[in-house]
Amino acid sequence: MKPAPRWVIGIGGVVYLLLHLPVLVLVLFSFNASRYSVSWTGFTLDWYRALAGRADLWRGLRVSLTVGLLSTVVATCFGTLIALALARRRFPGQRALEGLVFVPLVTPEIMVGISLLVLFVLAGIPLGLGTITIAHIAFNISFVVVVVRARLEGMDRHLEEAALILGADELTAFRTVTLPALWPGIAAGALLAFTMSFDDYVITSLVSGAGSSTLPVVVYGMVRRSVEPTVNAISTIILVGTSLLIYGADRVARTGGPRQLRRIACGAARPRDD
Amino acid sequence: MTVRRRILGAMTRRPALGTASLLLPGGLWLVLFFVVPMLLMLGASVMHRGTYGGVEPGFTLEHYRRFLDPLYLQVLWRTAAWSALATAVCLLLGFPVAWMIAASRRHRALLLFLVVLPFWTSFLVRTFAMIFLLRDTGVINSILMSLGVIEEPIALLYTPFAVLSGLVYGFLPFMVLPIYASLEKLDPALLEAAEVLGARPAARFVGVVLPLAFPGILAGSLLVFVPAIGSFLTSDLLGGARQVMIGNLVQNQFTTARNWPFGAAASFAVMAVVLVAVLLSLRLRDRDRDPARRGSG
Repeated sequence: MKPAPRWVIGIGGVVYLLLHLPVLVLVLFSFNASRYSVSWTGFTLDWYRALAGRADLWRGLRVSLTVGLLSTVVATCFGTLIALALARRRFPGQRALEGLVFVPLVTPEIMVGISLLVLFVLAGIPLGLGTITIAHIAFNISFVVVVVRARLEGMDRHLEEAALILGADELTAFRTVTLPALWPGIAAGALLAFTMSFDDYVITSLVSGAGSSTLPVVVYGMVRRSVEPTVNAISTIILVGTSLLIYGADRVARTGGPRQLRRIACGAARPRDD
Repeated sequence: MTVRRRILGAMTRRPALGTASLLLPGGLWLVLFFVVPMLLMLGASVMHRGTYGGVEPGFTLEHYRRFLDPLYLQVLWRTAAWSALATAVCLLLGFPVAWMIAASRRHRALLLFLVVLPFWTSFLVRTFAMIFLLRDTGVINSILMSLGVIEEPIALLYTPFAVLSGLVYGFLPFMVLPIYASLEKLDPALLEAAEVLGARPAARFVGVVLPLAFPGILAGSLLVFVPAIGSFLTSDLLGGARQVMIGNLVQNQFTTARNWPFGAAASFAVMAVVLVAVLLSLRLRDRDRDPARRGSG
């Protein structure tokens, strides 16, 4: 394609600015000494210090991490298994299952949250850590399936087939050939699932009881009540945290190119003594 | 052939992990905690209202009828109109960005990364960033006042403008990426051919670029419109009490108003709008692919 016309680059540049300036301004003012005005009155770390003394934030963080880890582990296992079936097997009802995985991705969060609330209330399940975890697993499975399946479909199937021909049973072929090559996909899916869980407000706020607020639910309360610079500070911390996670997911997803795959395959297909 | 048969044999003879065992845990979870809740909500939408939330047995369509009240139709209309407007603004802003990325050689990876980055940043944090800019003592008003452009702050927050900005800001990456994907595949030879044949830049854009980017535009519009229709946080934090969208109405019926059946009916109204949008885009796509219509151009 030829270089874009100047007006295209002009508009594009402005849009990039609009896309990133709000968050950058937010971060900048988390270090501003003035409490009320947005004029710059000097550098301070007071707002970060103030965060340390807030028990509700620490409690929220603990709940978020617990739910995040639990739901990530379960959703990653379930999602990977479904991805394997969708990519490697043919079975009746496959289209229906694909739909079942796809629909949660396009359903408005508010509907997912409300419908789960209805279920929990009608089934008499008390709202709390358990219901949040159940909900997060439910919305994370689809994300894991999408990521892992993409990796599986990009993988060379001949290596698995070679292992099978050379006498490995299916489980051995899976363990020694498929799984090592699939790891980056699984890890990327898990990290994305954790980010989704750690980030979610809408669904969580509906299915969390009074005693178990995740970090976003606590922060939402802070935003609603006042716009103190402490909100800027906690926002900045969340930004840095999620950025690191995404960076990690990206790095992991990129590792393990074809060369590594071949090495793994050769190792598995080595002639055996028996 | 024999190799093929051996592979198939090895795969089918000893299915160490049966397909069912792969599907069962996740599938069951999705059925239990996605399908069943949706069905329950469908059921709740035709039942009677319980006194303290919940539902009473019975069958009625009164909640769907109640939704035809001008008050609620207005909320639905507002939601659809804002979502459509946000989609249009995203298209106008997103197309040049997608074009810029597709045309760039050296900085393509960086430009793409910068589009995807906000998508992964916490939605709540980004919405708060908008509050920080728009409120009376916010960045925009402070700058305008210190420049002497305005005497006292203009109300930006809790206005339709604020909600619309929030929607555009939140969903713009969804528009850029599909358009970029379709522009990237565009064969430069087609543009050169049009140029050689004497088409002016504007004619090349309308006659070549736009039709070929159409699938991307369609996909992007759907990816913006659908989450906008169901959005809750944006209008909740930026719109205040007056700029209610359908997502807020649904949430309110289940939390404060405690009218579950009506809330359920309202949320199926959201789904109906989403469904119409999806079907419409599928139709447009099929028409676009129909060679008989294309050939005439």
